[in-house]
Amino acid sequence: MNKWIKMFTKESSLIPLMAILLGLLFGALVMLMGGYNPIKAYLALFNKVFGDLYNFGETIRQITPLIFTGLSVAFAFRTGLFNIGAEGQFIMGSLGAVYIGTQFSLPWYIHAPLAIVVGGIMGGLWGAIAGYLKAKRGVHEVITTIMLNWIALFFTNYVVANFLRAPGQQRSEMIQPSASITLNWLSQVFDNARLHLGTLIALLAAIVFYIILWKTKQGYELRAVGFNPHASEYAGMNVSKNMINAMLIGGIFSGLGGAVEVLGVFKYQSISAGFPGYGFDGIAVALIGANTPLGVVLAAILFGILTFGAPGMKLGAGVPVEVIRIVIASVIFFVAASGIVKSIFSLFKRGKEEVLEK
Amino acid sequence: MSILSILSELVHNTIVFSTALIFAALGGVFSERSGVVNIALEGLMIVGAFTGAVITYYVDMSLGGSSWSPWIGFIVAAVVGILFSLFHAAASVTFKADQVVSGVALNFLAAGATVYLVKILFNGAGQTKTLQNVFTKVSIPFLSDIPYLGKAFFTAYPTSYIAFILVAVSYFVLFKTPFGLRLRSVGEHPRAADTMGINVYKMRYLGVMISGALASMGGATIALTTTSNFSHNTVSGQGFIALAAMIFGKWHPIGAMGAALFFGIAQALNSLVQVLGITKYIPVDFIFMLPYILTILVLAGVVGRAVAPASIGKPYEKGSR
Repeated sequence: MNKWIKMFTKESSLIPLMAILLGLLFGALVMLMGGYNPIKAYLALFNKVFGDLYNFGETIRQITPLIFTGLSVAFAFRTGLFNIGAEGQFIMGSLGAVYIGTQFSLPWYIHAPLAIVVGGIMGGLWGAIAGYLKAKRGVHEVITTIMLNWIALFFTNYVVANFLRAPGQQRSEMIQPSASITLNWLSQVFDNARLHLGTLIALLAAIVFYIILWKTKQGYELRAVGFNPHASEYAGMNVSKNMINAMLIGGIFSGLGGAVEVLGVFKYQSISAGFPGYGFDGIAVALIGANTPLGVVLAAILFGILTFGAPGMKLGAGVPVEVIRIVIASVIFFVAASGIVKSIFSLFKRGKEEVLEK
Repeated sequence: MSILSILSELVHNTIVFSTALIFAALGGVFSERSGVVNIALEGLMIVGAFTGAVITYYVDMSLGGSSWSPWIGFIVAAVVGILFSLFHAAASVTFKADQVVSGVALNFLAAGATVYLVKILFNGAGQTKTLQNVFTKVSIPFLSDIPYLGKAFFTAYPTSYIAFILVAVSYFVLFKTPFGLRLRSVGEHPRAADTMGINVYKMRYLGVMISGALASMGGATIALTTTSNFSHNTVSGQGFIALAAMIFGKWHPIGAMGAALFFGIAQALNSLVQVLGITKYIPVDFIFMLPYILTILVLAGVVGRAVAPASIGKPYEKGSR
């Protein structure tokens, strides 16, 4: 138990906690300025999420892809890379899954796993492109991943529109039932909320994340490269191979997220002008989760609750849902500029000391 | 359609689509030349488009319809862009935050805050009302009378002319003035610049603020010329294309303009291709992809290598080595 308390009182977890608090406060301020009641709004948010079984189940559904993309971004971070490409890897993952799901007829015990694996590989390869370009060509991964996001979006639209399209619809055909990973019995318990096996896979992925990074030689190298690429190079590690691997594994996490979203929730891939957004939220999730697997899961839960509950604020207090984007943005901002949070800390500390001196 | 009128249409649309990109890419040049990565161009453009549209709308209402209102909207957008960019400057220069993360946060904030405000101001609607007065095209006398191409080149929105003038001004400021030299020096070697008595923090703040003004003007251009309103997808990724244009243009104003024109052609081709029915042969999605693929190829050194300012992305700590 002590270990747990220590884990949450370390500075590394205090800063995200402070940032979340400040973010929520800032959101409240924005609501006040807009003439809304923030307490009523936040209560409505929690009421939406925890009010009934269906919405609670749907919140879990919302959390699932965030765990995947959060892990994806966090994994790259550990190697000193910034993966803004979770969005594209996610889309490529769903494309792979929807392709297998619609174009093949297989028994369920092969079909769904194959679709998931192909989705993961597609996402992984998409990430590896950025890793390769960084390692071999010195191209900054931030730019390539942003560009790859858009390419993935249009490429997926092209494939869906031309090869997988349901007649007269802006989406692909439905996947075969054998590729579905919906948990019917659980879904019924939760009033037909779209619960699926992907949530379990997400938690497993978090464990795999932990094992790879902290229990294997490869993971040691990845972390070493992230910590100090020059020293690692000197110690005989292959820095560029590690960069590619990090982006590959990170991409696999996102790809899996996209795959289970398609196979468990929507059952089709739509032709879309924009991104689903889970990849960008994954950046926030990873940052707030301090790039640890447990942190990512907790941050994803927080984000899932905030984003799923936002429409409740609209209903219960009339607050536009965008206010949650403002909260999320300010949380990232406070995590990024942890200097601000630290100076607020030291203000408190100084305050205390002054009191003591008196 | 005759070849010449198609060409004329293409040139005209290219200029229209490029204008916003030129503004924002120039903004990127100033920020990154001073050593601050600016992923936030997208967010700054969103803020500019929002401010431009909203201010123009209200000024128009109070003046009872005036051709001046878009000008006021445009200028206020630049000012608000400067203010908004201060978040980025404070986080990345003063608090030494990771500049990319700070930029990401700003993009989030811009997307959320603008739509939130639009909903408050316009009774829950997701977009502003359609603006009655936006920029109208101006013809340059005589030159615009040249058959076909005169109209293409010399009948354009005033913002386009401003953008091209600003390219020349930026080039002059960056490469021919002491200010430009100082700005570039803090991006290349802040320690050396500091030794020479240049205030690194001040220069970086200025770089980011100039980028805020320019990118925001770019966003306002979109709202005040092509869309005539502001909604969540008015900017939709153009800030990222501008970022690509800046890199494609090798952090140089004229290069950035060239790249922006190139990406503008890609967009202009899109609409043209759809009109002419060429989509049967080249899928439109591939034309959409083109700018992004090209950017990667450029960066990968296939089309000539781009070198970023040496100290980009590194916070400067006074007295550190």
